[in-house]
Amino acid sequence: MSNIGLSVQDVHKNFAGLAALSNVNLQVEEGKTHAIIGPNGAGKSTLLNICVGRIPPDRGSVMFHGEVLTGKTPYEINQIGVARVFQTPEIFPELTLLENVMVPAFAKRDGTFKFNAFRNLSGETDIREDAERSLGDFGLLDQLHHPAASMSRGDKRRLELAMCLVQHPRLLLLDEPTAGMSRADTNRTIETLMQIKERGMTKVIIEHDMHVVFSLADYITVLAQGMVIAEGSPDEVRGNPKVQEAYLGGAHT
Amino acid sequence: MSMPASRTRKDMVLMLVFTAAVLTMPIWLAPTGAAYPDLLQKFAIYGIFAIGFNILFGLTGYLSFGHAAFLGIGSYTAVWSFKLLTMNVIPAVIFGTVLSGLFAVLIGFISLRRSGIYFSILTLAFAQMSYNLAYSVLTPITNGETGLQLRLTDARAVDAMLGVEVTEGLPSTNLFGLEMSGYPGFYFCAVMLIIAFFISLRINRSPFGLKLLAIKSNQMRMGYTGYNTRPYLLIAFVISGMYAGLAGSLLAVTDPLAGAERMQWTASGEVVLMTILGGVGTLIGPILGAGLIKYFENIFSSYNEQVLHEIFAFLPDFMENIMVGVFQPFVGEGWHLTLGALFVIVVTFLPGGLMEGMRRLRTVFTRRRDKGKSADGKAST
Repeated sequence: MSNIGLSVQDVHKNFAGLAALSNVNLQVEEGKTHAIIGPNGAGKSTLLNICVGRIPPDRGSVMFHGEVLTGKTPYEINQIGVARVFQTPEIFPELTLLENVMVPAFAKRDGTFKFNAFRNLSGETDIREDAERSLGDFGLLDQLHHPAASMSRGDKRRLELAMCLVQHPRLLLLDEPTAGMSRADTNRTIETLMQIKERGMTKVIIEHDMHVVFSLADYITVLAQGMVIAEGSPDEVRGNPKVQEAYLGGAHT
Repeated sequence: MSMPASRTRKDMVLMLVFTAAVLTMPIWLAPTGAAYPDLLQKFAIYGIFAIGFNILFGLTGYLSFGHAAFLGIGSYTAVWSFKLLTMNVIPAVIFGTVLSGLFAVLIGFISLRRSGIYFSILTLAFAQMSYNLAYSVLTPITNGETGLQLRLTDARAVDAMLGVEVTEGLPSTNLFGLEMSGYPGFYFCAVMLIIAFFISLRINRSPFGLKLLAIKSNQMRMGYTGYNTRPYLLIAFVISGMYAGLAGSLLAVTDPLAGAERMQWTASGEVVLMTILGGVGTLIGPILGAGLIKYFENIFSSYNEQVLHEIFAFLPDFMENIMVGVFQPFVGEGWHLTLGALFVIVVTFLPGGLMEGMRRLRTVFTRRRDKGKSADGKAST
């Protein structure tokens, strides 16, 4: 691996004495799609939460392009260029689609805080155009002025992706992006994610659905009981007996 | 891109209509019996209070139960400005607003460490603390139960320096010589209300306002979107505290005395009622709510048995007595009952307040008109 984007070093995390993660090491190559899979309770979400600063690790550190993320707040980590998609889409339900995407666009331009109470929103044409472009990429242009709350689950997911990508993040973290979706919505989301893949940003994706993982991932890390039990290309992982036993085996007998 | 331009024009129209409506209040409110300066001043002052409260509650969703503290601080500061410096109202209003802002920084900084009900309780605690301090330890500043009043012996340093002479009795508040009682007092408050409304409109239409709404909608997402939400909330809290301070100092301008009861929790609750009654998060709603509550307080409370008998005099005697018996609990001392009933009805059937009611009426009317149109169209073809 030549150019490391995200690197997780020796991360430990205990919850009430229970080891959620122990000795986890992970290197994500820049521009690649890296999937983290594993059975329920393997520590996938905990790992992601540590990466975005939601919870601190007990030991170890997370680096991104040489910058230490550990100890930083979620908003600082976002400003460094890390965007996150949640298991259930986290959007602004009361705002319109356009406003939903304008808010992150402002964060990208103005930083963590700016008191622009006397500018008029309608004068912010750059931000508006950015937001419209991003919504257009996900086929959401026809609903610009609808409140986000009224959309389907799949559309909300695409809106959330539009919100993340308007910031042109260097790293995109996806937490089970197709959880709870119908087959059709899942396939559309895979298509959307394939499109994003061409943009060359680094992506880490946590997923249960093997169909999604094998269609998207360049590299896979398998977690079980808080430990990395295997890693490699999709083909290597598929053939790994340890993985079959711990995870795939259970699902595919 | 014609949308933004038309929106700006719409806002200009709104601003013009609002200004005209406020300045002509003495005329169009005459039939309601509310067109006398004392009550008109209250409409304007509590309108400012409610607009400011709505900047916090309507935009960020943070419900403060302690805004009366800032109202009280504004009043005390203004009266002290009258006592120590000058009877001119400009410094009083400026000091009242600024000092409330400073207190809002302190109270907001601590209270905003929590959200939801815990935030509300923290603000309530601070307001009750201010109220009790004003009655006890701070008596030298607040004059305790009697309330802070003007005295003939006050220093009025600036007035003395300028050689303004008090001829007889207590001096009155003035704007460079123009006395602030009666209609001049109302127009001064009205201009302040118009400025306050303009600022609130600008905030609502700004990126800052949009970010506040986004905080209300999903504060966690704001964190992962790269925003430090704390300073946004604190600024909204301080602006809203300054509005309350301005309102408090205007209360002292129109009637130069300040008492601790102005800081009591019932006063904090009143502004919550005003905002919800009118419509949380709407521009005009809180002002309507404030007006309605002040109207009830002043007009309904003045009705007594005799007035009711006069109103129902056209009925036969026994009917008259029944009607008076039915309505009596709702007027006079019982005006709170009317207000309570109205509040329950609005919150149950119109959660968006009076503004939602108006919006629904409008859609009913436009639909009816459209129906009429399409019927005409059919007839002509």
